[in-house]
Amino acid sequence: MMNSTPMSNTQNLLMQSGRWKLWEYPLWLLALASPFVLSSHALIINEIAIVALFAVSLDLILGYTGIVSLGHAAFFGMGAYSAALFSKHVMPDPLVGLAFGMACATLLGALCSATIMRGTDLTRLMVTLGIGLILMELANKMSWLTGGADGLQGVVMGPLLGQFEFDLRGQTAAGYSLVVLLVLFALARRLVNSPFGATLMAIRDNRLRAMAIGIPVTSRLALVYTVAAALAGAAGALLAQTSGFASLDVFEFHRSADVMLILVIGGVGWLYGGVVGAVVFKLLHDVISSITPQYWTFWIGLFLVVLTLVGRERLIRPWTWFKSGTAGGKS
Amino acid sequence: MTATVLSAQGLVMKFGGITATNNVTLNLQKGARHALIGPNGAGKTTLINLLTGVLQPTQGRIVLDGEDITELAPYQRVRRGMVRTFQINQLFDTLTPLQTLAMTVSQQQGLGGKWWQALGSNKRVTERCEQLLEQFHLTEVMAQETRVLAYGKRRLLEIAIALACEPRVLLLDEPVAGVPAGEREELLKTVAALPAEVSVLLIEHDMDLVFSFAKRMTVLVNGTVLLEGDPQEIAHDERVKAVYLGHGDETQEANKVTA
Repeated sequence: MMNSTPMSNTQNLLMQSGRWKLWEYPLWLLALASPFVLSSHALIINEIAIVALFAVSLDLILGYTGIVSLGHAAFFGMGAYSAALFSKHVMPDPLVGLAFGMACATLLGALCSATIMRGTDLTRLMVTLGIGLILMELANKMSWLTGGADGLQGVVMGPLLGQFEFDLRGQTAAGYSLVVLLVLFALARRLVNSPFGATLMAIRDNRLRAMAIGIPVTSRLALVYTVAAALAGAAGALLAQTSGFASLDVFEFHRSADVMLILVIGGVGWLYGGVVGAVVFKLLHDVISSITPQYWTFWIGLFLVVLTLVGRERLIRPWTWFKSGTAGGKS
Repeated sequence: MTATVLSAQGLVMKFGGITATNNVTLNLQKGARHALIGPNGAGKTTLINLLTGVLQPTQGRIVLDGEDITELAPYQRVRRGMVRTFQINQLFDTLTPLQTLAMTVSQQQGLGGKWWQALGSNKRVTERCEQLLEQFHLTEVMAQETRVLAYGKRRLLEIAIALACEPRVLLLDEPVAGVPAGEREELLKTVAALPAEVSVLLIEHDMDLVFSFAKRMTVLVNGTVLLEGDPQEIAHDERVKAVYLGHGDETQEANKVTA
């Protein structure tokens, strides 16, 4: 990428975080192979990939830019419904449908970005929550288009790239979702390590100073919010396409809350946080609800409390638990 | 006569019934070393906020290089070359000094909206960062998170960020405030070594720094300009002594000793 001149130390330091590390290649290869190796688990792998993408999208605004949101499902749902409607009424090709779903979510994100500029975190929580609720009720009311409370039935997907049919075991679906996740993850990673991404973190750390060094804060916020909406829309579109169904559930408040929970579990301000969080959350869900189907949220709640009070750093280092003294302050 | 770079004309700022700035006119020449002094509550910080666009004046106008900038947003004024530092450090705590400067320089060079390139892939940006790190004695701490830096280093970074914006007019708001004695010398030297073509408006309580740095001074009292002149005139003016430096020669001497 660079010219023939050797890289200076400063360049090296700056570009370190954006480089793909050696361990990442086998990790992604394993992930891409997983639906075919663990074919009986392809359905849950698909779900994990979708939720991970949704969490990565939230991380762009929450982790990197410091915009809190309790209504991120608005964009997820928009992507889901528009992709489902597209395949039902226009054409069943999944990739075109995905692009359409993302485009609709992008548009919605651009419109909604005007609502998150002013006020405090609490204002933003309430405004985003409100927009999520509005969209859910709109989808409910416009039953001629969306099927209302019954959901949108009869979504038929064409084969992927004209080759691969979506099978019942979900292998094609999982492979498709994983590839889309990988591509969008790579793009998001590019973005957060760019000068643009650095200005986002500057806004997060100190908005006053960001303005005082000439960063057009409002337009940066609008842009990143729109990009995050596009990614959330992609996640929603994947869900609708791979399940062949869209219901009001995609707009539900619990989706916005879950994705924030997932991000907190995996780590905010770190793109892998969304992926790790999605894996942990979905596996916990799967394991606990097989033991105690009705009460699994109790255990998730307990886990969340312990995680945030004890701190992720200490929780994954059990050998530090019983050491007295200096380790205590870390959280 | 040298050219006027920045001109504040008849600025008035009212907060409800209180007039914080009362008809202030101030002209900054090209390459100026101009100090703005005045007792606490004289309206120095309000004036800075008016100049940088954080506050909109009730009356009056601000002209930068012949262009009326009274209505412009803060970031637009920065693009036209007017940059400030803050009395209380305003830094980016989770970024390193190197990242901070690379981000600022990228933004200054118009690359701030580029999302495809990596931060640091541009040689012009990294070279400017290296210069700034060197100039502000930050090279050895460039890879540490800003929040763990010593206060003196944070203060240096505060000014380095402003200089990374390549200002033509630099407003320094109490640059040495709170800096411990051991780290002070480094900071004073750096301020003295600012590029000659940059016009500097210095707001400061530290009389040593003011009198060693400024070629021209404005005294602000109760939101009004009391006097403008060169340091000699200011130091010998009875009214200034009365309101600001204290009465009589003994206290002035005492001030010099303790400062």
